[in-house]
Amino acid sequence: MEVNQYLEMFIEESKEHLQACGEHLLELEKNPEDLAIVGEIFRSAHTLKGMSATMGFEDLADLTHKMENVLDAIRNEKIKVTPEIFDVVFESVDHLEEMVYDIADGGDGKRDVQVTVEKLKLIESGEIAATTVAIAPVEATQIVETKVDTVNLKLTYDDFEKTVLLQSSEQDYNAYEISITLREDCLLKAARVFMVFEILEKNGDVIKSSPTVERLEEEQFDHQFYVAYISKENAEDLQKMLMKVSEVDLVEVSEIHQDVFHQSVTSNVELEVQDTIVPALVEQEVATQPVQKPQATNNSSKATGHASSKTIRVNIERLDILMNLFEELAIDRGRLLSIASEVNHGELNETVERMSRTMGDLQNIVLTMRMVPVETVFNRFPKMVRQLSRDLNKKITLDVIGAETELDRTVIDEIGDPLVHLIRNSVDHGIESPEARLAKGKPEEGTVQLRAYHSGNYVFIEIEDDGAGINRDRVLAKALSKGIVTHEQSLTMTDKQINELILASGFSTAEVISDVSGRGVGLDVVKTTIESLGGNISIESTQNVGSVFSIQLPLTLSIISVMLVEIEKEIYAIPLSSIIETSIIRNSDILNAHNQKVIDFRGKVVPLVFLEEIFEVPRKELKEDGFHSVVIVRKGDKLAGLVVDSFIGQQEIVLKALGDYLTNIFAISGATILGNGKVALIVDCNALLK
Amino acid sequence: MTNAVEQTNLKVIVFQLADKEYAIPVSHVKGIEKLMHITRVPKTARFVKGVINLRGVVTPVIDLRERFGLPIPESEETTRIIIITLETMEVGFVVDSANDVLDIDSESIEQQPEVVGSLEEEFIAGVAKLDNRLLILLHLDKVLNPLD
Repeated sequence: MEVNQYLEMFIEESKEHLQACGEHLLELEKNPEDLAIVGEIFRSAHTLKGMSATMGFEDLADLTHKMENVLDAIRNEKIKVTPEIFDVVFESVDHLEEMVYDIADGGDGKRDVQVTVEKLKLIESGEIAATTVAIAPVEATQIVETKVDTVNLKLTYDDFEKTVLLQSSEQDYNAYEISITLREDCLLKAARVFMVFEILEKNGDVIKSSPTVERLEEEQFDHQFYVAYISKENAEDLQKMLMKVSEVDLVEVSEIHQDVFHQSVTSNVELEVQDTIVPALVEQEVATQPVQKPQATNNSSKATGHASSKTIRVNIERLDILMNLFEELAIDRGRLLSIASEVNHGELNETVERMSRTMGDLQNIVLTMRMVPVETVFNRFPKMVRQLSRDLNKKITLDVIGAETELDRTVIDEIGDPLVHLIRNSVDHGIESPEARLAKGKPEEGTVQLRAYHSGNYVFIEIEDDGAGINRDRVLAKALSKGIVTHEQSLTMTDKQINELILASGFSTAEVISDVSGRGVGLDVVKTTIESLGGNISIESTQNVGSVFSIQLPLTLSIISVMLVEIEKEIYAIPLSSIIETSIIRNSDILNAHNQKVIDFRGKVVPLVFLEEIFEVPRKELKEDGFHSVVIVRKGDKLAGLVVDSFIGQQEIVLKALGDYLTNIFAISGATILGNGKVALIVDCNALLK
Repeated sequence: MTNAVEQTNLKVIVFQLADKEYAIPVSHVKGIEKLMHITRVPKTARFVKGVINLRGVVTPVIDLRERFGLPIPESEETTRIIIITLETMEVGFVVDSANDVLDIDSESIEQQPEVVGSLEEEFIAGVAKLDNRLLILLHLDKVLNPLD
């Protein structure tokens, strides 16, 4: 299932949010007046609600929603926090936690939370006093219900298991269902499980367990598990033996009645009928154990389970360290190579060469280790679009192309939110309503295409919709009214520039603020995020045909291509991403315009920036041969020519920060270490183009 | 931390700067390096010599003589870069030479006499007398912090 791929992420994040909720609740209990804390809890709850709704865990979302309502009321000072309210909110968080753990254990996150929901509703309506009275009877019936449940079967059995259980009784074995509850604070669950199983296996045979043995070993269960068991011992002895295991809270041994199986072996239908009688609590168990297949296939599922866990999480910092170490090696490799060629010793040469080759492979691995397919981000979009189109009463299909494209992990982490924004924007503002589409002669169903592909040192992510396109006049009118552009500016703007106005801060074209997009945070956030990643965003749009939002991102943030240039004895690196071309100009090509030296570059007037002056390079003697080496760089539509002494060449370099001591150095974005072990600074072209 | 006067026994690295001896607690010293190629970083304070490649990590280097307003001689064979760590910062100090590790009894540390009157005054945390030597203990926070 698709969901599985990001289920893990969901579980991790949910746990984090619940953790935050709990922590903040405790904090709030200490300072009930601090409404800022309520805001924090609210945010966590809100995110959790959104996530669980997207993942389709309705009960989880529902309970969170109720809790959120209460929090909102507290935040808006409609109700005052009292210890009772705390109890209920904590209770809800506990329930939520249980649900998330259930989901993590492969369950469906369903849980009977009626009582808590009632309490929350009452609080919300301001009837806290009545709660305790109103709740009592409900709770009582709950208990009765669970008592009844224990008589029924906790486990479901397939034919094979039933036969085993049946035959056992024919051989004077007793069949039991044992429920074992560990203490809440049990620390070594797996160890306790092991001890329980050891006792059981000494005295009989375990037919099956729920959750499965692997899950139990991995501590993927709450505190309770069930086993089906055959043994010659009687129930009471078994219970006593099992209770001897420390940290076991409760052991219930119930005999399985043979007649249950006599009927069900012959007809599965009847078994199903029986199962439906078993209410609430057991239903959960049934769901976690979707129709067990015979033992043989069970083994094969074990194998696949192991195969999927063959990745490990590694802290990205460690990868950085690995990268650093590797670079040192690379520098020494260079030295070794030159020494070897000097010494010219056959065996030494051979060894050094072999080492170089191995290091080449190693380099590939080190670099690709940080790469992750964009799939991890893209996967959540189809569901989101489906949900959105439902909410908006639109018909939309989302095509995802190139999800296997790989990007640096750090970029992946950042790109999710901007993409969500852009897709929401396309769905909400781009695609028209079915009626409007039909009226325009378009197919009723709109299409949003999400594409990712590599090109050179970049990854492009494009979001294309066949919607209304950008309304040039409306955008312009709005930009004028908001003072984003002046009237004079607007006269000379190209369509593309006007399109890109929607990315300017303080701009939001939606006339009606909808829930989907336009919540005050505009597309300018998207632009800022992408630019902070060293990327670019551009928009192509044709009215009534559709729009394409195109994001250009560097493949990796740690390795970039640069042009190395020399000024006097100093070497600087200029990111290739900013460079349009290099050229050599004569002194006579330089013109003066308003105290600014400019050149005529392919019909465009381009200002010159003498890096020597900007960087205050100490010069022993004036270099004057009538020629200048110029690197033409760009930022958006602006161009500039950086004047240097000479070009050294293009190189892949590893980006390094200058450290915490040197911050905000003008026009320097970082540093790198060259092959000779010296440090070269990286020129920040964006700062030079103001 | 830097003002470790309270400790009873303080292990320090001793270095020379224009005929005077200075001391930095060993706990702040990550290593001592020979002078290596320093890449100048433009538009920084005068005492920032630039950055070095310290085994793959780009580390800024400041010239303590320049920082204290002392005359700058040509660098010599004994010139060293002492790598200091302070909180998250890692910075190299260029000094004339560094060759001693000493234990100072905190009893022997005194507040600095007010007569010094030079620029370096504000960087001094205390003075330790050791036999016939006078060690100046540096206030690392102050040396590193006000980046003007």
